[in-house]
Amino acid sequence: MDFSGLIHDFGPLTITGLTQGAIIALFALGYTLVYGVLRLINFAHSEVFLMGTYACLFVWGLFGLDQNSAAPSAGKMIGFLVLGLVAAIIASGATALVVELVAYRPLRRRNAPPLAFLITAIGASLAISEATGVTTHRNQAGVPPIIQAKTVIEFGNVRISNLQILIIVLALVMMFVLDRFINGSRLGRGIRAVAQNPDSAALMGVNKSRVISLVFVLGGLMAGVAAVMYDLKIGVTRYDAGFLLGIDAFTAAVLGGIGNLRGALLGGLLLGVLQSYAAGLFGSQWLHAAAFVLLVLILLFRPTGLLGESLGRARA
Amino acid sequence: MRGIGVLVLAVLAFLLPYAGSIPGIGPQIITQGIDWPSALFNMSYYVLLSLGLNVVVGFAGLLDLGYVGFFAVGAYGTALLTSNDSIMHTKWAWIAAAPFALAGTMLAGLLLGWPTLRLRGDYLAIVTLGFAEIIRIVATSTQTLRGDRGFTGIPHPPGSFSDGKPIFGVTDATPYFWLGLTVIILVILGVRNLDRSRVGRSWLAIREDEEAAEIMGVRTTKFKLWAFAIGAFIGGLGGVLFAGEQGFVNSQTFVLQFSILVLAGVVMGGSGNIAGAILGGALISYIPDRLRGISDPFFHTDLYEYRFAIFGVVIIVIMVLRPQGLIPSRRRAMELKDREKEVAPL
Amino acid sequence: MRQVFARAIGGVAMIGLIAGAAACNSDSSSSSDTASGSNCGYKLAYFGALTGSSANLGVNIEQGFELAIEQYNKTKGSDCITVAKFDSQGAAEVAPGVARSLVADKKIIGIVGPPFSGESEAADPIFEAAGIPTVTPSATRVSLAANGWKTFHRAVANDDAQGPAAAAYIKDNLKATKVFVADDQSAYGQGLADVVKSTLGPLVVSSDKTEGDGKQTDFSALVQKVQTSGATALFYGGYYTNAGIIRKQLTAAGWKGTLLGGDGMKDPGLSKASGITAAVGTVVTCPCSPPEAAGGTFVTDYKAKWNVAAGTYSDVAFDAANMLLQGIDAGNNTAEKLNTYLSTVNYKGIANTYKFTDKGELDPTLIKVWAFKFDQSGDAIKDVEIKTS
Repeated sequence: MDFSGLIHDFGPLTITGLTQGAIIALFALGYTLVYGVLRLINFAHSEVFLMGTYACLFVWGLFGLDQNSAAPSAGKMIGFLVLGLVAAIIASGATALVVELVAYRPLRRRNAPPLAFLITAIGASLAISEATGVTTHRNQAGVPPIIQAKTVIEFGNVRISNLQILIIVLALVMMFVLDRFINGSRLGRGIRAVAQNPDSAALMGVNKSRVISLVFVLGGLMAGVAAVMYDLKIGVTRYDAGFLLGIDAFTAAVLGGIGNLRGALLGGLLLGVLQSYAAGLFGSQWLHAAAFVLLVLILLFRPTGLLGESLGRARA
Repeated sequence: MRGIGVLVLAVLAFLLPYAGSIPGIGPQIITQGIDWPSALFNMSYYVLLSLGLNVVVGFAGLLDLGYVGFFAVGAYGTALLTSNDSIMHTKWAWIAAAPFALAGTMLAGLLLGWPTLRLRGDYLAIVTLGFAEIIRIVATSTQTLRGDRGFTGIPHPPGSFSDGKPIFGVTDATPYFWLGLTVIILVILGVRNLDRSRVGRSWLAIREDEEAAEIMGVRTTKFKLWAFAIGAFIGGLGGVLFAGEQGFVNSQTFVLQFSILVLAGVVMGGSGNIAGAILGGALISYIPDRLRGISDPFFHTDLYEYRFAIFGVVIIVIMVLRPQGLIPSRRRAMELKDREKEVAPL
Repeated sequence: MRQVFARAIGGVAMIGLIAGAAACNSDSSSSSDTASGSNCGYKLAYFGALTGSSANLGVNIEQGFELAIEQYNKTKGSDCITVAKFDSQGAAEVAPGVARSLVADKKIIGIVGPPFSGESEAADPIFEAAGIPTVTPSATRVSLAANGWKTFHRAVANDDAQGPAAAAYIKDNLKATKVFVADDQSAYGQGLADVVKSTLGPLVVSSDKTEGDGKQTDFSALVQKVQTSGATALFYGGYYTNAGIIRKQLTAAGWKGTLLGGDGMKDPGLSKASGITAAVGTVVTCPCSPPEAAGGTFVTDYKAKWNVAAGTYSDVAFDAANMLLQGIDAGNNTAEKLNTYLSTVNYKGIANTYKFTDKGELDPTLIKVWAFKFDQSGDAIKDVEIKTS
């Protein structure tokens, strides 16, 4: 156990952890939104994320950018970034919608038991990721250097790069926007109403089907942003990228209180940071084990997660 | 009548290694890229795992996403007690190590069950997943469990023919399959008896509505722990057999996808129904192995590569068309019919 | 009850039909050609990974193997020896089943492979029990030769040679004073990294581990540790996919040190994962000589047949196959005779001369270890030969 290392590198470890945590938090929002409204663990959300990672690569490829290209100038950089975000959001949102229509809606109509939904979700997840795997021959795809990582802030042994700042800020902004939307807008009220009591909501004139589709699209939107951030940070994507990160994101959502939006943010950031510390303390091979042990401990004392409760209880 | 039908099926099962000799469809049934008795053995431990998971998920309604953990404990328990590489230096025979490995697995089941007693279904899912991952990570990263290097030289089950050659050798997997089949039959008998006893009825009550069961006096704690312990035991059986057949155990086998696949198999086959679990388990092992060695006409890739993609689609199709599973338990089928008539809340 | 039975049988029949339809597309196994001469009509097998994350390494070997047999058949004027391929996906739990189908084919009297150490542990006992000689061109784990297998032959040096050579390069050529050692916890990677760590001693400032090849994409924890340790060299025991991604993330984080590794990283796949510029300067050791140093027309023949340049160990596989073919040609047309032949063989191939110790290891005097460096072409080009004393 490397205590001195942990203390010495506390700053850098925290920054690394927050950055990763921000991506996990955005990803976790999709799980928590869908669960809050439908009480469904959307296993296929990891593939929603995956499609986002490939979509921006595709769009960047159309402009001749691949991982061996030179970094673009400042103006072009912003342009490419926005383009990538839009592409990823569209791809992720579309994938989420398709999964909902093909896999979940038929089951909802038949009022199938919850286990059936879970298994269908697994099937959808397998189908999409494996189809991607076979098409890409299970090779990774390299990400072009859209943003040149440069150290922007430096104090002591802590170095924060522009990319890290971008990721954390973007996550917070998206979280804030989503929060305002859920709590402020009419559609957001509809979502909360359906989460609280679907039948009453229907009686009050809320179109349940539309709300459900909206929830899936919102989750996909968040995942799309997370996907672009992931691509820029990691530099590669692969057919199993969604699955690997999805376990972390799902854990974060449960940690914070599944169905609770702020819980997803808290859970994600907390998980990222604690995993980073665990890696520093015990070695990188233990970081996922540390996350799970933490989860079990927290659930032992707070069986509904840190912030508990769900979307419907007027506490986003 | 029914008893004779089942007996006939059992006898036919023992004759499966010779299925290749059936005129006409025989060569179409047996696998190509992999030795047929080996494929049958694979099916046998998958069926065993499905039976075990069926107890946990199907009977007791406890959503376990990390069932491979028990399989791993059984296999590693055997390896630790029998292999030369093990730090325990006990070097027992396989048959001597098996009961202890199984005891260890049941203990693991209780260890998993105890902290999760208070957790509701979906939280239980992530915790069980976490447990399996912790087991895998510990297996990969600790020196005691030797990670990828694994344990070599695990002895095979005992017994030799009159000429001195061992029954359980390396080149022929048929004796292993028969052993697995015998274990499966014993497990089926045991589980069926449990299902029809007070234990089974308690599980049913817990599955349907835990709070109501609690109020009616069902000791949910005790029976949930029972479910985990028995599920773990059966999973451990699979692990012990696997270790004895392969002679080598390392951390690469016990990945999360394995748990997910077995769960999908149980639910597709018909959760809560022994015959359904058997069918599901057999299919999830048979179909990939059958696809091995066949190239697709477009990309000339071995069809084995497509197995999970095909599975994913098959799972969706079966769940959408027949959510109760291929061979549903009668209760489930009735349940679903009732649910369909209800107005769906969402 | 009858309904359930009917449905079950219907379901099984449906599966049978599907499987049957699939089977109609199957390639029939290569027909056995009986040709003139009693030393024809046999098969040599390649057993190893053809798919999976480190598949390139297996494919390189299989292609060298197949080239040799094709050329041999041409000189014989007929399909004398047939190629049999078995894909183990490099996975130890898949290997035994596939190995059993191999030994069930009695025409197979020799095997080139398995290329990976893990699957060797699982499959070699089966080959040993069946008495079929194996020649592995790349499985370097030391413990493989200690199992008492009489059919095991290793055509390259094991990690006991490669590890110290890598350490020597770091000390003498790179002259690094702060080294970070990491591995992917695989049998191969960890073994190599452990040897390097113990040889370098106090030069190692820190160490870490990653998940196995193809199981991880986010290496930020490792990258951050490397940076804060101040190391100027990182030795990674692992394969090319992980190594490439690690190199990419290190460069993105601004780390300017050198990445080093073993033969598992010697593949253009590394620069494909990291981007060509980032990979430049990466050093990999290999108990093999540069493919261009291979004698004869091997390099051009390989390129002509497969449309790609020869890969790591393609030449050794070529030699291994030819060694077996020479044995068959000399009249050793059973597995047992071929195995005996190998125990006394002294074969001069295009990449090396081969002689085996009684444990199946390559004669120590024939071992050579080279260092290769990645350059702008995206491939590892020869750097220096490391003298192993």
